[in-house]
Amino acid sequence: MFCKLDVEDAVNHTFGRPLDRRSFMKCALASGAALGSGAALGMAVAEPAAAIPSGAAAETEADTRYVFEAKFYQKLPNRKIKCKLCPRECAVGDKERGYCGVRENRGGVYYTLVHSRVCAAHVDPIEKKPLFHYLPGTTAFSIATAGCNVNCKFCQNWDISQSRPEEVPAHFMPPQSVAELARQYECPTIAYTYSEPVVFAEYLMDAADAGHAAGVRSIVVSNGYMQEDAMKEAYGKMDAVKIDLKSFTESYYSKVVTGQLKPVLDSLVTLRKMGKWTEIVYLVLPTLNDSDEEFRGLAQWIKANLGTDVPLHFTQFHPQYLLKNLPITPVPTLERAKEIADAEGLHYVYIGNVPGHPSQNTYCPKCRKMLVERVGFTASQVLIRKNSCPFCQQPIPGIWHA
Amino acid sequence: MQALFGRDRTVEAWRHLVQPGDKVSLKVNTLGGRGISTNVQLVAAICERLQEAGVKASDILVWDRDSDELERAGFHLAVGGDRVQCYGTDRAGYEDELAAWGSVGSCLSKILTRRTNVLINLPVLKDHDGAGVTIALKNMYGVIHNPNKYHPDGCNPYVADLNMLPEIRSKMRLIICDATTAMYEGGPGYKPEHSWNANSLLVSTDPVALDHTGWKIIERKRAEKGWKTLAAEERAPRYIATAADAEHRLGTNDPTKISLIEV
Repeated sequence: MFCKLDVEDAVNHTFGRPLDRRSFMKCALASGAALGSGAALGMAVAEPAAAIPSGAAAETEADTRYVFEAKFYQKLPNRKIKCKLCPRECAVGDKERGYCGVRENRGGVYYTLVHSRVCAAHVDPIEKKPLFHYLPGTTAFSIATAGCNVNCKFCQNWDISQSRPEEVPAHFMPPQSVAELARQYECPTIAYTYSEPVVFAEYLMDAADAGHAAGVRSIVVSNGYMQEDAMKEAYGKMDAVKIDLKSFTESYYSKVVTGQLKPVLDSLVTLRKMGKWTEIVYLVLPTLNDSDEEFRGLAQWIKANLGTDVPLHFTQFHPQYLLKNLPITPVPTLERAKEIADAEGLHYVYIGNVPGHPSQNTYCPKCRKMLVERVGFTASQVLIRKNSCPFCQQPIPGIWHA
Repeated sequence: MQALFGRDRTVEAWRHLVQPGDKVSLKVNTLGGRGISTNVQLVAAICERLQEAGVKASDILVWDRDSDELERAGFHLAVGGDRVQCYGTDRAGYEDELAAWGSVGSCLSKILTRRTNVLINLPVLKDHDGAGVTIALKNMYGVIHNPNKYHPDGCNPYVADLNMLPEIRSKMRLIICDATTAMYEGGPGYKPEHSWNANSLLVSTDPVALDHTGWKIIERKRAEKGWKTLAAEERAPRYIATAADAEHRLGTNDPTKISLIEV
């Protein structure tokens, strides 16, 4: 569970009590643990107290530090607005919020409530995102705000993603502080992750600008459920992207995700056209999205629309949130998915969330020699030289060195 | 209350509902600010009747989602002491564990789960741009942490599913809808130009019957003002029928089975 303010009794509770620095980092560590994090693998996290800039203070719903006019919306008559951030296009009346819960109409002006409102901060291996072909062996300063524009029944971070910002403890972390902290922890990247970065697009854009000015790159872990214009503007500032493609059927997206497949596929094509380094994760849920036909259709679509060099990660599901009735994905199911995708001609198909499985390593598609060995969330060996296989000189796509 | 419960004296009617020792909470609706929220005067009168029926003042709690919204609607926050209590879930928090039924999976207010064994629902009567109308059933959106997730598709079946949660269904014993001021268009935010003084209270133990009746009142006012029906605007409150269906059975929306007593 993600750490929240623990309120024993309403009578004794002080409204808006600030979370002290130690408690905040406990929260951050707890969130990492919930994600099967580096913390569980013994990853060191630098001095907690130093991680939070001085002046971090209590947040309230009215705290103007977090409230900025949203970038992507259209004004309608009668103080209504239409959100243009994601394909949902929420029509939001005065005093109401969009589906994401972090954007509010106040008198006909739409506001984001989560700019600089960080509810999880953690130093993660980049392999945990997972990004396997992007700066392997490095760490990412990883942050999130509350909120999400879908509602996956298997969400492992539902207690932040499915909450409104005032319901989870958070700290003020303006873009400059994010960049400074990333440098302080020697992270070459800032990662926007854990919940759904689409919903904090304005903050992500400002943090990416601050990071780039300080020599720190930005990566995003996203569901890709975003309108094209917003994606071009926001993710145009990203250096790499990981998209969770949750299924290859509209019915699954409708029933399990509360979203749509087509806009996500469109986003992947847009990212391809933008030239962004992109990797895809497909979480395999027993009985729901694990048929041969779906794996084959997915692989064929990727090959036809994105090419054979896009890394595809089939990852293991663990029962969470509203899907506790399903078992853990059997490893043979993941291996079957990989076999099908390999047979369709994809070059980099991985199996994830299965520690020690050989398919978490990178192999040369030409000579089949191992090029990157991974143990847990760390890259223990990276043999790639000059973006090529050192054995047969086959180019290996990715950004391998800073 | 005497007519509803068939009692000769007011206090007997309330004693039919509560007894000494009960933890009674009054879920008001304060989203609309002073323009269209549950009236403080109505709540004060109910608190008096509850005390006459033997409930201690400190066992009565007036609440909504947010303390600031309560204050904006005219309520004075009261925490601790022998007084009637008044504060929002922002002070008590939500349960960490999910309560789930059908399409709904939500964390419930600790006020409902830990401070309430009798829930009195005190909604207002108003139009809602997504749901059609918001009255008794939808007022329960104010007891969960993620109401924003349940507005698609006219809030159907979410409103009905939410009211199936045992903590809500088993504790809600009475609904008194404050229709002194009501709104036929432009909700849920307060729009004075679309409000009227209905000068009514709708009282029922059946939230579906009450919502159905309230919906029809709003439709009559819409017709009087020259507005299309909610169905014509493709926002009829379908969740009311869902709440009455065989899967939910939260009450009846059949006019022939609703005894409408005007006092």
